[in-house]
Amino acid sequence: MLDNEKIAGFIGKKILRLISLLVIVCFVSFMLIQYSPIDPVRAYIGEMPVSAEHKAKLEEYWGVNTPPQEKFLNWAGDALKGNFGISLIYRIPVTDVIKERFTASLALMAASWLFSGILGFILGIVAGMKKGTWIDKAIKTYCYVLAATPTFWLALILLMVFSVYLGWFPIGLSVPIGVTAENVTFLDWFLRLILPALTLSLLGVAQIALFTREKLIEVLSSDYVLFAKARGEKGLDLVLRHGIRNVALPAITLQFLGFSELFGGTVLVEQVFSYPGIGQAAVAAGLRSDVPLLLGIVIVSACFVFFGNAIADLIYQFVDPRIKQQEASI
Amino acid sequence: MGNMGNKTEINAKGKKETEALLKVEDLSLSFIQYASGLRQTELKVICNLSIEAYRGEILAVVGSSGSGKSLLAHAILGILPSNAKLDVKMEYNGKKLTQEIKEEIRGKEIALIPQATTYLDPLMRISNQVIGCVEEKNEGLMKKVQREVFQRYDLKPDVDRMFPHELSGGMTRRVLVSTAVMSSAKLIIADEPTPGLDEKTLNETLSYFKDMANKGCAVILITHDIEAALKISDKIAIFYAGTVLEVANVEDFKNNGENLRHPYTRALWNALPQNNFQAIKGHQPMQDEVIDGCIFYERCSKKNELCSKGIPQFKSINGGVVRCNNVS
Ligand SMILES: Nc1ncnc2c1ncn2[C@@H]1O[C@H](COP(=O)(O)OP(=O)(O)OP(=O)(O)O)[C@@H](O)[C@H]1O
Ligand code: SF4
Ligand SMILES: [Mg+2]
Repeated sequence: MLDNEKIAGFIGKKILRLISLLVIVCFVSFMLIQYSPIDPVRAYIGEMPVSAEHKAKLEEYWGVNTPPQEKFLNWAGDALKGNFGISLIYRIPVTDVIKERFTASLALMAASWLFSGILGFILGIVAGMKKGTWIDKAIKTYCYVLAATPTFWLALILLMVFSVYLGWFPIGLSVPIGVTAENVTFLDWFLRLILPALTLSLLGVAQIALFTREKLIEVLSSDYVLFAKARGEKGLDLVLRHGIRNVALPAITLQFLGFSELFGGTVLVEQVFSYPGIGQAAVAAGLRSDVPLLLGIVIVSACFVFFGNAIADLIYQFVDPRIKQQEASI
Repeated sequence: MGNMGNKTEINAKGKKETEALLKVEDLSLSFIQYASGLRQTELKVICNLSIEAYRGEILAVVGSSGSGKSLLAHAILGILPSNAKLDVKMEYNGKKLTQEIKEEIRGKEIALIPQATTYLDPLMRISNQVIGCVEEKNEGLMKKVQREVFQRYDLKPDVDRMFPHELSGGMTRRVLVSTAVMSSAKLIIADEPTPGLDEKTLNETLSYFKDMANKGCAVILITHDIEAALKISDKIAIFYAGTVLEVANVEDFKNNGENLRHPYTRALWNALPQNNFQAIKGHQPMQDEVIDGCIFYERCSKKNELCSKGIPQFKSINGGVVRCNNVS
């Protein structure tokens, strides 16, 4: 009962934080774009020849001559109503672009998040249990090498080996926007997902595995494990009973805190594999001055990272019985 | 639980009653440390320590903080850290106590009552920890036993589902004691079970150990609180700078303490509040100091020439043992 009240308070506070964060992020991004040499009209017309008259019309439409504050308020007012404008490069509403692209990215990120989390945790537990043996050294070396590997580089290697050389997977070739669901079979989509997801996972494993290993070693040298041993517990049973219990929570929290890196990795990986996700759209929007889309993506990515942090916080405050107790006693 | 107690009682009355359940002879313990670079140093923490624990008796091991008492307990259970080097002859129930046997019998024959709350898993509910790792088919039974033991120690049913941090100091003690009672161990090693307890809880805690001894267990009570030890023990081993200087019977502390054998023990007796309340000058030698003769030499008022040459041998006097040249 008390818990429910506290969780409601927690969520309320988080929502307020999110709103203020979004206001700031939107304003700053808007101003940055405003003062950068991006010309929305040029971006829209591209190489098309247009008459001066037409151009003036467009300028009025994009509000080139309205003062920035007013433009921001106009945009924000529309955004509040759910209208984020029309994407300049895709020429459909920004919300539609984001919906489609973000879904694709979400599949990619979820797959690699889960895979790297589980694999990393298992590797970390094994390494920690076998501390100092060759198996531990092998896992540690793997992690250090991966941690020092640039994302795009690993992506290129995988692409070269599996797509170009072995030919197992398609070489990128994004589906043009608008030709989705119906025309792309599940298998197509799945094949396209594997390599980028693998790249992200392999990289994500390092951090979580090293963390889990450290944490398990710490737990195994704790007084309570010593006492468990004194009471006759040993081997795998001991690790399962006390190790996993004490390592899981911090490891899961860390994995949620990794949402920002996950998003950053996705942008790079999507670029290399031409995976039609939000990261690729972000790069395109940036390079081709698609202001409305860029702002939309900024908002979505901020929400995404914020969501990960909020969950980490939630676990930290409401799942760990020790913290729960402290909160109550304050 | 009741019949468990009976069983130990029968065992205790068996043929070996007069023989020690646990014999520790010449225990030396050191730590390998890496000083600057690759230079290895050895830090001696315990040397030439001997004690014996008998069924139905409480042996108190009294020594000041940092003198290596916990390590002695851990050495008996075989749970020393990996950089520890142990050299000892140990016998349990007449048989040589090797690391394999320790691993086999700990938790069953030998139970540790640890020093602090940190020895409880912070994320596991109390009843699960106290029951420990058992086969599924025994779980129901063990749960019942655990409830009975808790009842006896006045731990209410809601304690079962608590986490360690929710317990008070006294409750923690009782929970830790319960873990030993749950096992049918015959040798109980209680490490520092009294600090932070008020008078009433302290006496209560001590009475648990008396109960265990009365049921036929051998109890080793490790403490720095000589007064608490005097209340319930049968024998008292005086632990000083990593070794035992004297094992005295509790009666030796009565009257004027004139039956005490070692100058250090006498000094301790003198320091008791009900006696002269006179602290001893000086401090224990550091672990890295190399001492050839008697370890108490620096602070001893009765020392003679012989004392700085070689460690004094153990002598049996008056039903106790002592490591001093100057006693008859
Ligand atoms: N792993 C280790 N490596 C090196 N030295 C150690 C190690 N563990 C313990 N020691 C040393 O051994 C000494 C004795 O430790 P121990 O915990 O047995 O003391 P104690 O008598 O139980 O003290 P307390 O009354 O504080 O519990 C300590 O001074 C400590 O410095
Ligand atoms: S051996 Fe000598 S120095 Fe040591 S306690 Fe006895 S009299 Fe004192
Ligand atoms: Mg101790």
